[in-house]
Amino acid sequence: MPEVIVRKTITTVEDIFHEGGPRAEKPYRRGAIASVIKNPYAGRYVEEITPFIEDLKPLGLKMAQDLIAAMGENSATIEGYGKGAIVGAGGELEHGALWHAPGGYSMREVVKDSKAIVASTKKVGPVGARLDVPVTHANASYVRSHFDSIEVGINDAPRADEMLVILVMTTGPRVHSRSGGLLASEIKGEDGLK
Amino acid sequence: MSTEKLTAKIRKLSTIVEDIHLEIGQQIAPSTRRAAAIAVIENPFAGKYNEDLEELMVIGAELGTLLGERAVAALGIEPAQVESYGKGAIVGENGELEHAAAILHPRLGGPLRAAVEKGAALVPSSKKMGGLGTPLDVPLGHKDAAYVRSHFDAMEVRINDAPRANEILVAIVVTDSGRPLPRVGGLEAKDAEGKDGLR
Repeated sequence: MPEVIVRKTITTVEDIFHEGGPRAEKPYRRGAIASVIKNPYAGRYVEEITPFIEDLKPLGLKMAQDLIAAMGENSATIEGYGKGAIVGAGGELEHGALWHAPGGYSMREVVKDSKAIVASTKKVGPVGARLDVPVTHANASYVRSHFDSIEVGINDAPRADEMLVILVMTTGPRVHSRSGGLLASEIKGEDGLK
Repeated sequence: MSTEKLTAKIRKLSTIVEDIHLEIGQQIAPSTRRAAAIAVIENPFAGKYNEDLEELMVIGAELGTLLGERAVAALGIEPAQVESYGKGAIVGENGELEHAAAILHPRLGGPLRAAVEKGAALVPSSKKMGGLGTPLDVPLGHKDAAYVRSHFDAMEVRINDAPRANEILVAIVVTDSGRPLPRVGGLEAKDAEGKDGLR
């Protein structure tokens, strides 16, 4: 099985106090963690790529735990999440899709109430490419206040034979959320949707 | 450090940590790490010419402490373990380059040095005007001896939604190490005296 080789890790935490409106008593916190890994399938077409999913699981779990720690949060205070991947020029979009299971299930393992599907996006891009990683409520996808996205990228990656695999988490609604829809306080939390 | 009572009106704070494990096939052990602490603040002088920039100098002192401490905390190291540092600012379009200078140069350095212990060397800096998402390459140098060649570096910082026209983005970067694979000679950190800030 291919080995997971990590070249670098980038962790970003943002505290948002306001966006032109009233200052939040507790800032809205958003975090992102990205690992720059070697793409074992770069440069050629490989039919059977699923073994790498298993290999990525320990990395996914470690990234989820490290991100919560970097944010100074715990499994109960994370309210939103998302994931993404940027595949370097020598790879294909399908390689990014390998991140769906290890990225998603790692967060659902460490975030307490997490019945909702983990929103995701991915693309093939050059060094310095940025990805807008979508965020939804971790327990009910329709919670409108928690829809957000976090831009993630790094100037020196992904090289052609690399991939960025990304997890993001948030601690609440957008800082001036006021566009209606389902509220977090109203969810049933049974089906991951409402 | 609480942010509520500051002169600086902060819209957001961000920290970025880079941890480099491998470069061009070579293991980096221990990994080299750098952290940027960034504040997006309101520019009190946006849209008008003010001769006296005192308020921005006060903000500079506040941010030297706030961002210096946050950057060190993000690396999870003791202040004395910081090896290099740098600072920078991006001024939104309704301000002027001098606003960045007023924050960065008169009073930010002292509190930053307190946050990293010592810091005999000049704090390298960069500044520019820019719009939302503008990247800034913040220069880095060894904190006690500017000629240490292994620690000349830079870290790119950017925030997609800042600075707005009436804002200033201020960044402080600290590291626990030099470049991942330094091998171009010059003064080495272990040979630096760290008295005059140069060697």
